[in-house]
Amino acid sequence: MSVPVIEVHDLRTHLVTRWGTIKAVDGVSFSVAEGETLGLVGESGSGKSMTCLSLVRLTPRPASHIVGGSVRLDGDELTTKTEAEMQRIRGRKIAMILQDPMSSLNPVFSVGMQVREPLAMYHGLRGATLTERAAALLASVRIPSPAARLRAFPYQLSGGMRQRVVGAMAIAAPPRLLIADEPTTSLDLTIQAQYLGLLEELQDRHRLAMIFITHNLGIVSRICDRVAVMYAGRIVEAGPVRRIFTAPAHPYTQALLESIPRLGARTERLTAIEGQPPDLARLPGGCSFAPRCPQVMDRCRTEAPPEFEAGPGQVSRCWLRAPAGG
Amino acid sequence: MMSPAAPLLEASGLVKHFSVRRGLMGWSTAVVRAVDSVSFTIGSGTTLGLVGESGCGKTTTSKMVLGLERPTAGVIRFEGADVSSLDSAGLRRYRQSVQAVFQDPYASLDPRMRVGKIIAEPLVINERRGAAERRRRVQELLDLVALPERSGVLYPHEFSGGQRQRIAIARALALSPRLIVLDEPVSALDVSIRAQILNLLRDIQKRLGVAYLFIAHDLAAVAHMSHTIAVMYLGKIVEMGDAAAVAMAPQHPYTRALFAAALPIDLDRPREITLAGEVPSPMAPPGGCRFHPRCPLAMPRCATEEPLLQTASGRLVACHLFD
Amino acid sequence: MPAEPLADRALPLPDVAARPDPAARGRRLPVVSLGIITIFVLVAILAPLLSPGDPGEQSLRNRFKPPVWMEGGSSRHLLGTDRLGRDMLSRIVWGSRVSLTAGVVTVLLASAFGAAVGLVAGYHGGTVDAVLMRVTDATMSFPVILLALILAVTVGPSFTNVVVAIAVILWARYARVIRGQVLTLMGLDFIAQARIAGAGAWRIITRHLFPNTLNTLVVLVTLQIGYVIIVEASLSFLGAGIPPPTPAWGSMISEGREFVTSAWWVSGLPGLAILLVVLAFNLLGDWLRDTLDPKLRQL
Repeated sequence: MSVPVIEVHDLRTHLVTRWGTIKAVDGVSFSVAEGETLGLVGESGSGKSMTCLSLVRLTPRPASHIVGGSVRLDGDELTTKTEAEMQRIRGRKIAMILQDPMSSLNPVFSVGMQVREPLAMYHGLRGATLTERAAALLASVRIPSPAARLRAFPYQLSGGMRQRVVGAMAIAAPPRLLIADEPTTSLDLTIQAQYLGLLEELQDRHRLAMIFITHNLGIVSRICDRVAVMYAGRIVEAGPVRRIFTAPAHPYTQALLESIPRLGARTERLTAIEGQPPDLARLPGGCSFAPRCPQVMDRCRTEAPPEFEAGPGQVSRCWLRAPAGG
Repeated sequence: MMSPAAPLLEASGLVKHFSVRRGLMGWSTAVVRAVDSVSFTIGSGTTLGLVGESGCGKTTTSKMVLGLERPTAGVIRFEGADVSSLDSAGLRRYRQSVQAVFQDPYASLDPRMRVGKIIAEPLVINERRGAAERRRRVQELLDLVALPERSGVLYPHEFSGGQRQRIAIARALALSPRLIVLDEPVSALDVSIRAQILNLLRDIQKRLGVAYLFIAHDLAAVAHMSHTIAVMYLGKIVEMGDAAAVAMAPQHPYTRALFAAALPIDLDRPREITLAGEVPSPMAPPGGCRFHPRCPLAMPRCATEEPLLQTASGRLVACHLFD
Repeated sequence: MPAEPLADRALPLPDVAARPDPAARGRRLPVVSLGIITIFVLVAILAPLLSPGDPGEQSLRNRFKPPVWMEGGSSRHLLGTDRLGRDMLSRIVWGSRVSLTAGVVTVLLASAFGAAVGLVAGYHGGTVDAVLMRVTDATMSFPVILLALILAVTVGPSFTNVVVAIAVILWARYARVIRGQVLTLMGLDFIAQARIAGAGAWRIITRHLFPNTLNTLVVLVTLQIGYVIIVEASLSFLGAGIPPPTPAWGSMISEGREFVTSAWWVSGLPGLAILLVVLAFNLLGDWLRDTLDPKLRQL
């Protein structure tokens, strides 16, 4: 496998709220190589979005800050950079696509003006060359009649089209790492299929490393090479997609897979996960999944488990995976 | 599970057109054909799943069933009687028999009312019960949706999303309806909570015999919950039949693309059929078969002649491939 | 009935009591503005008891006596006297009655009517909304001062005229704001749910829409009291407001305007009173908006 584009080690981000300090990201480590897609799966409060915002240091201020860990982009440490240096990295080296295409685009500016902006900033283009490149960029994300579309405004485009424009702006540099935060959640199913295909194509063409945040395991199986499952700010399981789906090694992942309705599985009842998603302000001691875990042991309630090997390239943060005698 | 007697609800040729103003000063009007001749039946105690993408008309259809919109044409028969010809007493009974649970658990409960009052409101409006009897009924409903007794005095904001949907379900059951319209009831909930709510809905159906009109974009959830599935595209039903059959062996090209795009968690399944183009606007639907511009199997006939629903492979399909 | 297990019986509720919200109401009450308002309200109510003398008693020998802290002042007239030798403190105390009553009454009338119009317009939409909003727009564009002057000229200046003149135009502001809020609320599912449960227009408007507009209404009312006090003072200044001899802060300022350099306290002190009261109401309104609005955003 190639050299990693991004390496995250023991990242910790804390969020100060009126109910106390929340450990939104609590010791997260992973790496993504060129051309590889890592899926970040989790529910509300899992920390998946905060993790990625921490990578680019865009977590909400002044309430949150990175308290520890390291983030290296092509070997370059990001956590110690100045704000000015980070601004040169955002967009150019790391790009993000967010969930809501309507608010990702400025409604009062035309598509052309918004697509030209990164091109002008990153490549110093002007005038006719700039317009040509902007149209070419729209064409590369398969927008029909790209030259004409430059004059359109966001409200004139459908949701799928808007996400394509957002995608075009994201790869304008092109970046080394593309973070996509639930980009298809608000799109229709058939449009979603098109968009995922487009992302793969862009990834191939530009050799992007990609982090795909989603709660939809179906999308993960379609587009991701590896997946990290997050719960209450920590990665509880990570590994190749095939392994995670066929041999999940953490009770949360197992329960999640069992609770999702599947086409073709004629079951009477779904196996639901007990309880509620965790309240990050009042996490229990020990393993944070313990209150809901169908295989909980006494040890789980008092000691938080470290990561254990659970198979080739697969890790699980669960006492059940502790080597015998451990 | 279909009742041999008359179905609970029968929709025949439902049409809903909206006029919208266009142009600079709103001079010209265009017609949005949101629902264009849709027919289906819902049997007592069964679930009809309605699937489709934006602009297909499923929400408008559900609003007509709920009585929130009046059909431009077509008939809704409830327990055999034509809804539009009911007198005011009959209409009130119809409204009470058809309730709804909506998608957003944060917008469907009045934030200024206590939960007990929210659940009791349909009773207050419609029935002449005493306060004590209402309280008892509210407790019964809270029990039915597995919420603790003391929930009644709390406000909605003190509950989580999944719990709020339970409250919404309890309210929908207050008048002992025969049919509940479920419009994306679990889409806004965390994945780990959805199974709880879906299980609850199934249990309630078994226990109380209430029928559901289930609308969701999670096709697997729809297939899991429904007895019959109807697939809509641009205001028309393109395929309708037994849920398992439609989900596992879709016949209409659109249904096949849709279910393939649903991305079931199956690493060895073949790649999905990617449709070209956008979902057209219901203001200017294509001529002939509405799906023909995007259909990978379109024939010349499809551009001129609209296919009718006909029986094929044990279900109804509207496609010239099956003529 | 077979004992089918219902999904996850008796889910534990998030323990609300154990998680007190430190930002709840009560934190950092706007003590200063509340204090000022309370003082003035008490002064207005207890004017007969608090006023050291008769505000109308003239004494030409004691004209233009400066306040006690200045040279020539005396403790008999703590805030000095005006052009006709009347005690300033007594006049300011009695004048508070006029200003506060005018402020509160006018705003209550205008808000009640305006909110009603806004609720009905927002709920019904369509033609009803269009008609009501055109009327509202027309009303909003009419200048208050002009109307009051016309009334003063035709019917004669009086307290009632001031209240009527302002309220008749002020309601439009409430109608606009409340209608906007109602439009947002109408899009929320719980209104559709009320309809599905069989509720009629009256019930939806009174039980569902109105309580959810209360927060906005309270903020608006508080902020507007200050505005009305200034308008009333302006009218009295122009002679179209409360007629003499009733002491009103606005007319007091008017009476002293020729003597601003020599006997500044005749205009200055009532001006200061207006400033304090209006500022206090504005600060209170701001605080209310900050406290109440976030709760509104829970929608």
